[in-house]
Amino acid sequence: MKLSLTKVVNGCRLGKIKNLGKTRDHTMDIPGCLLYTKTGSAPHLTHHTLRNIHGVPAMVQLTLSSLAEHHEVLTEYKEGVGKFIGMPESLLYCSLHDPVSPCPAGYVTNKSASVWGVSGRVEMTVSKFMAIQQALQPDWFQCLSDGEVSCKEATSIKRARKSVDRSLLFLDNCLRLQEESEVLQKSVIIGVIEGGDVMEERLRSARETAKRPVGGFLLDGFQGNPTTLETRLRLLSSVTAELPEDKPRLISGISRPDEVLECIERGVDLFESFFPYQVTERGCALTFSFDYQPNPEETLLQQNGTQEEIKCVDHMKKIETTGCNQEITSFEINLKEKKYQEDFNPLVRGCSCYCCKNHTRAYIHHLLVTNELLAGVLLMMHNFEHYFGFFHSIREALKSDKLAQLKELIHRQAS
Amino acid sequence: MAGAATQVSLESAPRIMRLVAECSRSRARAGELRLPHGTVATPVFMPVGTQATMKGITTEQLDALGCRICLGNTYHLGLRPGPELIQKANGLHGFMNWPHNLLTDSGGFQMVSLVSLSEVTEEGVRFRSPYDGNETLLSPEKSVQIQNALGSDIIMQLDDVVSSTVTGPRVEEAMYRSIRWLDRCIAAHQRPDKQNLFAIIQGGLDADLRATCLEEMTKRDVPGFAIGGLSGGESKAQFWRMVALSTSRLPKDKPRYLMGVGYATDLVVCVALGCDMFDCVFPTRTARFGSALVPTGNLQLRKKVFEKDFGPIDPECTCPTCQNHSRAFLHALLHSDNTAALHHLTVHNIAYQLQLMSAVRTSIVEKRFPDFVRDFMGTMYGDPTLCPTWATDALASVGITLG
Repeated sequence: MKLSLTKVVNGCRLGKIKNLGKTRDHTMDIPGCLLYTKTGSAPHLTHHTLRNIHGVPAMVQLTLSSLAEHHEVLTEYKEGVGKFIGMPESLLYCSLHDPVSPCPAGYVTNKSASVWGVSGRVEMTVSKFMAIQQALQPDWFQCLSDGEVSCKEATSIKRARKSVDRSLLFLDNCLRLQEESEVLQKSVIIGVIEGGDVMEERLRSARETAKRPVGGFLLDGFQGNPTTLETRLRLLSSVTAELPEDKPRLISGISRPDEVLECIERGVDLFESFFPYQVTERGCALTFSFDYQPNPEETLLQQNGTQEEIKCVDHMKKIETTGCNQEITSFEINLKEKKYQEDFNPLVRGCSCYCCKNHTRAYIHHLLVTNELLAGVLLMMHNFEHYFGFFHSIREALKSDKLAQLKELIHRQAS
Repeated sequence: MAGAATQVSLESAPRIMRLVAECSRSRARAGELRLPHGTVATPVFMPVGTQATMKGITTEQLDALGCRICLGNTYHLGLRPGPELIQKANGLHGFMNWPHNLLTDSGGFQMVSLVSLSEVTEEGVRFRSPYDGNETLLSPEKSVQIQNALGSDIIMQLDDVVSSTVTGPRVEEAMYRSIRWLDRCIAAHQRPDKQNLFAIIQGGLDADLRATCLEEMTKRDVPGFAIGGLSGGESKAQFWRMVALSTSRLPKDKPRYLMGVGYATDLVVCVALGCDMFDCVFPTRTARFGSALVPTGNLQLRKKVFEKDFGPIDPECTCPTCQNHSRAFLHALLHSDNTAALHHLTVHNIAYQLQLMSAVRTSIVEKRFPDFVRDFMGTMYGDPTLCPTWATDALASVGITLG
């Protein structure tokens, strides 16, 4: 695999990763995102409905938390998780955890880490972890690591140091096991940068991990609420400065459009796409604009639209949403609101997704009010396509040196 | 008390059914329904999309499976989102973006089965909305009015529905009232050129009452007839006899719609008895419980026995689920909280029903329907002679012997 940078602008890396996959003929664009899945399937979507989406990323994110309990089945299956889930042609990245579900703390030891699946906790030593990866046969996988630091509010230096030590130990052991397995050698190990909020430890983690023959780096523990990210962004810049330029940098737990841009400016290449899923689960549709060079007529219409949305933002945030832990952001509209009952416009005018080409806001509203399963399907299709379109616009903006405009546009809508 | 025939439409109802083939032994027919939104081959199974959606599958997926007619429920849609909104959205077709045919029921059945505080009078069915507590009267006129707004290709009369386990004078009262309500529906129908109003034969499990109902209703020149009041809690022995009685007295050149029938065996037997159209929530509902329909019955895919079963649900099935996924994967997905699992099964179960009807139809056209029935029963029960007694009796009554 080879990462070639086309250009670097204000810390943002634009380029391609080539020769990916077992057949070495896949390519990925950076900055980019990975398709978020639950138990090997895009949420709500079947083969058919996933295929309807334009711009689906070349690489799919699987989570060990949803797959570890199927270890035995996959071992007997022999042909790898890609074929098992019906995505034999996709590039696969296996992360430890599901970014949407927080992990309970207190379960990492010097010898093992744990993931949580449907049937409960799955504890993994290095050898069990590598045995599972051998059964999965992903293209990339996150190395077993100690990411617990990010589960707690404040990290002690001691705990931060331990997270780095353990993660390096796990990494060295995994690399050694990989050397002994032909099957495992076909997969690329992604080294995990830990260290909590302690600069010294973060730098140590970056430098030491970079010495190992990993295929890329996962920046772990930067997720949290928007205020914690602000402080962590400074750490992030320092960390990526220590990493080699020719290997991809992934980040876990960051998926909001504004935060994505902040991280790209600090040298991050790849992101998870769970944000559109969270938006879907609260019955909302992404409507934020990423059209940083609209034609003058469109500008006027969109400005009116954006102003409408901004006016509603405060009001929206006060509305109770059932079964939703997260606040509605200003990047989306809440289709449960009564005002959409007779709105026969598409979710987003000009959107080319299946939902916007075939259905109206009024219909989605009806599906949500009546608790129909199709609401999730249609919203997921729209939200994924909208989100992938956003990433495309980032790459286009970088290409034409217009990132400042895009950033300003997104920032304006982030309220 | 015979129903008065004064309100019958003077114009002849369109002949929407064209017979293509008839079984020379049984009463099975293959035909074509010519409806405003296209042709539908019969016998046909119509999936039920209660609230303007076929559960978790898109209209594109439904179209790709070959479905050309499905159901919407007037009771549900009449309450949410309401007929006025749907009319603004260009009817139910426009609202849900379904290009093919739609059949709506009258709302009567749900009224009686779902609403605990409903009251039937000569006027109509009075009930309290479970959503906003408002009291409404669903009359024959109101039901037709709502269905006119929905714009479905086939609409059903409001009938006085009585559970098939009820006996006594109530059954007779309901039967005669259904005739009077049929006339009121015909009179109220504003769009006979665009929407086909079907009558519903009642009479419970009483042969005399049913015969009376048949005699009266067939005097009305409606485009089609449904056989109602069955598929409830009655025994299968009584069920098939009422179906057979009904088809023997219904005109041959009009479609016969048997309401609420959906198990594979029942479909095959009732085709033999002369029915053309069927609907049932069973295939789509059972999908959401993790059950996949197969020629030998069903697979409860959540069970551990499928954990390492790496073949498709049905190797002969051409649906996307069977083309792309194994039982083992579906088993794993069913134990997660990803709703995609349900959609995979919904797609397959609809495909199963439609493929079954298609195979039935082909066998009728190719003049080998009795052999088809024997093969079907053999696959389903291990041997044709192991088929349930009621089915054996029903088939024998129309000249098909098993084993």
